[in-house]
Amino acid sequence: MISKVRPHPTQNESLLFETSSPGKAGYQLPKLDVPPVDARDALGAQNVRQEIPDFPEVSEVDVIRHFTRLSTWNYAIDLGLYPLGSCTMKYNPRVNEAVARTEGLMWIHPYQPDALSQGAFAILAELERALAEITGMDAVTLQPAAGAHGELTGILLVRAALEAQGNARKKVIVPDSAHGTNPASVRMAGYEVVNVASNDRGMLDVEALVRTVDEDIAAIMITNPNTLGVFEEHIAEVARILHSKGALVYMDGANMNALAGISRPGDYGVDLMHLNLHKTFSTPHGGGGPGSGPVAVKKPLEPFLPLPRLQHAPSGWSWNYDRPQSIGRVRAFYGNFGVLVRALAYIMAHGGDGLNRATLDALLNANYLRKLLESHYEIAYHAPSMHECVFRHASNGAIAKRLIDYGFHPYTVSFPLIVHGAMMIEPTETESKQELDLFADALVSIAQEVKENPELVSTAPHSTRTTKVDEVAAARKPILKWTR
Amino acid sequence: MLDTIGASTLEDLYSHLPEDVCFHGALNIPAGKSEYEIVDYFRARGLENANSHANFLGAGVYHHYRPVLVDAVVSRGEFLTSYTPYQAEISQGTLTAIFEFQTMICQLTGMDVANASMYDGSTAVPEAAMMAMRITGRDGIAVARTVHPEYREVLGTYTRHQSTLVTEFEYDPESGQVDLESLEQALNETTAAVIIQSPNFFGVVENAKQVAEIAHAKGALLVFVFTEAVSLGLLEPPRDADIVAGELQSFAIAPSYGGPFAGIIACKEKYVRQLPGRLVGETKDANGNRAFCLTLATREQHIRREKATSNICTNQALIALMATVFMALYGKQGLRELAEQNLAKAHYLGERLWRRFNGPYFNEFVAATGVQSPDEINRRLLGFQIVGGLPLDRFYPELRNSVLLCCTEMASRADMDAVAEAFGA
Repeated sequence: MISKVRPHPTQNESLLFETSSPGKAGYQLPKLDVPPVDARDALGAQNVRQEIPDFPEVSEVDVIRHFTRLSTWNYAIDLGLYPLGSCTMKYNPRVNEAVARTEGLMWIHPYQPDALSQGAFAILAELERALAEITGMDAVTLQPAAGAHGELTGILLVRAALEAQGNARKKVIVPDSAHGTNPASVRMAGYEVVNVASNDRGMLDVEALVRTVDEDIAAIMITNPNTLGVFEEHIAEVARILHSKGALVYMDGANMNALAGISRPGDYGVDLMHLNLHKTFSTPHGGGGPGSGPVAVKKPLEPFLPLPRLQHAPSGWSWNYDRPQSIGRVRAFYGNFGVLVRALAYIMAHGGDGLNRATLDALLNANYLRKLLESHYEIAYHAPSMHECVFRHASNGAIAKRLIDYGFHPYTVSFPLIVHGAMMIEPTETESKQELDLFADALVSIAQEVKENPELVSTAPHSTRTTKVDEVAAARKPILKWTR
Repeated sequence: MLDTIGASTLEDLYSHLPEDVCFHGALNIPAGKSEYEIVDYFRARGLENANSHANFLGAGVYHHYRPVLVDAVVSRGEFLTSYTPYQAEISQGTLTAIFEFQTMICQLTGMDVANASMYDGSTAVPEAAMMAMRITGRDGIAVARTVHPEYREVLGTYTRHQSTLVTEFEYDPESGQVDLESLEQALNETTAAVIIQSPNFFGVVENAKQVAEIAHAKGALLVFVFTEAVSLGLLEPPRDADIVAGELQSFAIAPSYGGPFAGIIACKEKYVRQLPGRLVGETKDANGNRAFCLTLATREQHIRREKATSNICTNQALIALMATVFMALYGKQGLRELAEQNLAKAHYLGERLWRRFNGPYFNEFVAATGVQSPDEINRRLLGFQIVGGLPLDRFYPELRNSVLLCCTEMASRADMDAVAEAFGA
């Protein structure tokens, strides 16, 4: 019995280029209040283009219907549980959207005089302070545009700090359970990647680590809780091991939703870390961005943070560019300001106590689901779960697709790579018990179907407008744009 | 729920954590606030910023009108609150929109392939440079001094540790365009790419064809950068470029103090496997219907890890959707008319001021301030609720008493007259 879904008609919709018809338009411009200029005279005939071939010509009604129809083909948090592990798909409060559209925040130019941007400075300063408090760090840069961008920034900071001591070193340690961005970021910062294996409890193998750390190691990049949802219990010891060899500890804070208010990485040896504001701090994922990846650091790393830095004087806030040790800019202007506004709104709505409570609820929901599912699916590691749990099943991909028929978005499939058949589930704190129960019922039911009617599962989804998509064909002969 | 788990309090849920990692204090963050208080706080901060000013700043961030339909679309929860479309069957909305986005970027730029977006224009530039280095197997980059100064700074940050040698070449002091002699001198057999921007940071339109010929003769690629996407409605697309890296902020993306914006990278077909970022491709579903999915993922970090073309993961999908809706609304005619209005406005003001450079310009130009300092002029304009242009000596010490001014379709004749008057024209 599938209790969450009922059939529902969806509309067919062509591409914009196919509905296009000559002369249609959905815009209005004011009448020009200055003399028109002949483009060929002003720019030179060779610089003026012919019409843009096949560019759409559609009406305003065409546009709103087109995108509204497309939207109905998406699953979204607003439609239900979105249990992607390590993605923290929590509810995106609409007040955040409203305040980000405040006129005096939305329409300010990054180069307008500092005196006319004091409200923006105040927001940035308040957010830096709050993130430093939550992480137990001393300084924060808000410039990186996403988590992976924060990672790159962080490893560049490591390099700059070590270089200032005379030796940038050669390698960075990345556990085998890490997200793929970690090794890719390490490479972009000019370091070699050294992988270390996890132990049978799903944690970093401290003995293997001790054997690996030498004078060539610049840092370790450690995700905590790791991608198995397991807290790295030896993290303080890991930090001591790295520090004893002059290396630094970088924490990937993608899973900070498990820690806010109960554990502060800056208190136990982590030197720097990034946060994903689009995860822990509720800014919308938007189908793949925009994100924001602030980097928080301990005092010794502060001189190296990207340019410019906020500074305060009696006359007010301004940008400080006089930072000779800085790694430089990682992005034009000051970061994804609109996303930063949303994150601060989230922090204000919760307050310190509320952040703590949200963390506990995230732990509660994950552990509740784990308990409901444990007798039906094999848990990958028996270590206690924090905000997510990882099961394993040989049919993990098919079960994920079958979940769609039950009205849910699948869990994260086949990640982390160290778990064969991984099903990584993160419910977040914003799900109710009812939704969690429905989800558990669905997975329990599918476990039964796998045994009794494997065909039904392997050919899923059955209820979607678009049935199973042939990704292999897409990659074999890529069609990456519409052509007439 | 606690009973089911077998715990008695919420705190039990992390009692397995070692004592030395637990935080027992209370976070020093004020107690949670109501929705009204939050709205009020941000309204107050907004009022501390410039409000309702006319604005003549450009320099990579442009004041263009945002059609209301754009926010109507991106506020739909199905777009706003969905994840990256890995599960194609329930993400066709996002995937279809990205496919349309990729198509329109190709139509605009004259390139064969475009990705699903980058963080912004400034980070697209080093990604394009690294792409060129992988393609050519060379490690030198020659970049024009007329590329946005902050983009060049980001390029410097990204490439500093890649054994990359970045050389800057000069502009012609008369035209404001690339100095071809200086470009030739900057090139050698290790140059992977020549990077130019057009309209460049001074608003001047470059001769990309000529630069491409010089670059190609040395075996280097041409990376063409744009910061003002509206110019593509009127200007010849950069067909001679090998890679195009640009910023779409002008397409209904609010200035928002510098972000979030949406960058793009587009290129010739033969370089597609070196593209960073996500790509959407067309395919079929099990019933033979057209469907879309993310594709060529073997370039990306989640498959290739340290061997990926980039570390990029999250990009700017929702912001790219804003640009997609904008392009659909304006369409073929509208984008051209919009560009023509920008051209007319900028020339209305530009022809009354003493312009530093005589190269062709689109909607930005550099004006000399004469005996007055840029600050004096800007202070006077603020009295009329007008934010003046950008003094250039901050980025170009040789350009004292020079201001970069931008006139979009939102610049009124009256405000432009006020600017001209402040300049003493």
